[in-house]
Amino acid sequence: MSIRHMRSLAIAATLALALTACGGDDAAVEVEKDAKFPAGSTMAELNEAGSIKVGVKFDQPGIGAKKPGADAPEGFDIEMAKIIAAKLGIEPDKIEWVETVSANREPFLGNGTVDIVLASYSITDERRTVVGQAGPYYVTGQQLLTSKDDDSIKGPEDLEGKKVCSVEGSTSIKTVEEEYGAAPAPFATYSECVQQLLSGSVDAVTTDGAILLGYAAQNPDELQVVGEAFSEERYGVGYAKDDTEMCEFLNETLTESFEDDSWLSAFDETLGKSGSEAPEPPTVDPCP
Amino acid sequence: MSETAVLYDHPGPRALRRARLASVVGAVVVLAVVAGVFARFYQRGHFDGVKWEPFSDPDTWRAIGDGLVNTLRAAALAIVLSMVTGVLLAVGRLSDRRVLRLPAVTVVEFFRAVPLLMLIFFFFLASPNTLGSYGALVAGLTLYNGAVIAEIFRAGILAVPAGQREAAHAIGLRPSQTMSLVLVPQAVRSMLPALISQTVVVLKDTSLGYIVVYPELVRIGRQIYDNFFNIIPSIIVVTVIYVSMNMLLSWVAHRLERRTRRQYGKAVLSADVDTGAAV
Amino acid sequence: MDTLLDNLGQILDGFQLTLVLFAGGAVVALVLGTVLAAMRVSPVAPLRWAGTAYVNVVRNTPLVLVFIWVVFALPELGIRFSFRTFAIMAVGFYTASFVTEVLRSGVNTVNPGQAEAARAIGMTFGQTLSQVVMPQAFRSVIPPLGSVLIALAKNTSVAAGFGIVEATGTLAELARDFPQALYWLFFGIALGYIIIVAVLSGVFRVLERRLVVVR
Repeated sequence: MSIRHMRSLAIAATLALALTACGGDDAAVEVEKDAKFPAGSTMAELNEAGSIKVGVKFDQPGIGAKKPGADAPEGFDIEMAKIIAAKLGIEPDKIEWVETVSANREPFLGNGTVDIVLASYSITDERRTVVGQAGPYYVTGQQLLTSKDDDSIKGPEDLEGKKVCSVEGSTSIKTVEEEYGAAPAPFATYSECVQQLLSGSVDAVTTDGAILLGYAAQNPDELQVVGEAFSEERYGVGYAKDDTEMCEFLNETLTESFEDDSWLSAFDETLGKSGSEAPEPPTVDPCP
Repeated sequence: MSETAVLYDHPGPRALRRARLASVVGAVVVLAVVAGVFARFYQRGHFDGVKWEPFSDPDTWRAIGDGLVNTLRAAALAIVLSMVTGVLLAVGRLSDRRVLRLPAVTVVEFFRAVPLLMLIFFFFLASPNTLGSYGALVAGLTLYNGAVIAEIFRAGILAVPAGQREAAHAIGLRPSQTMSLVLVPQAVRSMLPALISQTVVVLKDTSLGYIVVYPELVRIGRQIYDNFFNIIPSIIVVTVIYVSMNMLLSWVAHRLERRTRRQYGKAVLSADVDTGAAV
Repeated sequence: MDTLLDNLGQILDGFQLTLVLFAGGAVVALVLGTVLAAMRVSPVAPLRWAGTAYVNVVRNTPLVLVFIWVVFALPELGIRFSFRTFAIMAVGFYTASFVTEVLRSGVNTVNPGQAEAARAIGMTFGQTLSQVVMPQAFRSVIPPLGSVLIALAKNTSVAAGFGIVEATGTLAELARDFPQALYWLFFGIALGYIIIVAVLSGVFRVLERRLVVVR
């Protein structure tokens, strides 16, 4: 990226920072008014269009969840997407939110249904052969959600023979079954798993800690996240493969958000409601 | 129900008393069970205002409406496509030429034996780019119902009096012409009730879209109770919608069957094709 | 191909569960279906209404919804069983409504003269039904009953979304682990279902021939 470009970006960032500081506690992200991007880059196109299609989850509270009948989803991924869109000069209400479930994240990027994906999208080498993933912007790992009345499960070691719920076909359920001897109980969505946990039909729910925190935030009196993370999941922003300029733009935006507290605000507004402290922001991977 | 009336004698005074007693006891038992269930639900708070409140919110009903529209959309497209597929497969099965018949038989038997849920899931994974969840659901429904409809068509065509085919042959029509000009038009009328019943099956089967996260009615219902934690009210609402919709369609199918039967006698396929093969 | 063979054990486990669900569901469906059919033709009006209501509601409800009722609503009533039992109950209750209708139409095909004769020799309603009508009805319902039970076998796949890892659930898990072997896995597991359906069809065809109603 040229010096001139970096300077204008720095000015823009400072402006954004200053405006955010005056923005009050609404964490309303200030939209770039004079964003300049290299001609022909994806960012320039999006800036021209004034709108962006973002793939998110609609069914993960705290991360990406849309109430039935609501206009837009809410959650940590949504807030981060707003930050990125703002850097592109796009208003939050001009963002088109597309529901992406785990299986269609890559295809949607591939065929242009979405421009970027923020959907609890773990960075893996395999995925990086098919799409681009910038970040991470959040590091979590597989953890367990249990009932506050149940003290018997403090970590994955205690899962032998216990009924553990996760989503049909997810990697989490495989891990607890094969490595910790749990009895798998797959359901269609995490919310249903939580229902089963609340009604006592399963002993624990397992998936990324970030997702579990969202549920714990909804039921702080009845549910708790226990144990250390026993895998590592690094959430990244998905973008069309080989778009190096986009990768650098995303990394810049993310790193700025770590430094200027917008990342922290995003966390506190969403996942932080569970009572958990925000972790240290991660360091982004270099672009390929 | 005149046949079943012969199962028991015209009741005399003692039998009448006994029957009346049994009726009262039966009524009490049934009511007790129903009341018990309601009481238990009430106890657990499922009739609390807060659980039913989301249903006074027009946004919730908008979501339900969207779900219903999605259900009907998928069902409509699947029905149309499966009719086409079904006709093609049936014609193939009835063909004299083995090169047409064998593949048709294989396809029909394959799609009738494999669970619909698996089909939908497979299509979604095999081509997420082009199909998406709507496409995968419709593809699965089309192929499965196409196979079922193929069998209905086949039965319908076979039900056309043999004399029709012979007469067509006698006046020199080719087999393909016989099929298209003589048999199919007559067969269609007799198949109508069965086909309408099949639409009930298709409507029910759209609920299998859950495995590819298609936002049909049942999924929307789940989203509602995921959000508002009002499981019982939500599934009651969704169940009522489904049951009324399907009962209406079934009623239409049976009315049509009775009317057609009066006009055309036995050569009408029963509307009771729904053997419960939800998947 | 190798993926299929390597994981054959897991696939067979899945099918074992499918068969367990099928067997359990069939028993529930046949027993409950018979009871409901009896209720529907009985002289006691409330039983008739209850039976009719059950059939009309359950028949027109998608199986997925029945599963949701069983797995999510029953625990709220305090009824809590294993997921396997719940699955058997769900497919059983659902299929029972179809069994009822099949049996009822079977009863209607029995020559009324049979029932009249039974009454003439003094049999009660219960005896008429159990010793004269039902056995004959059963014979004529073999083919449609076969279809209903084949449907039951396939319907067990819905349990995959409700805490059970049966054959279809195994496909989901293996497809996630070995996405490149998707086609082999799909056709391999489809073959399993085809075999089950073929065996069932064969059994019913034999039954039909053995018990054909000679008029």
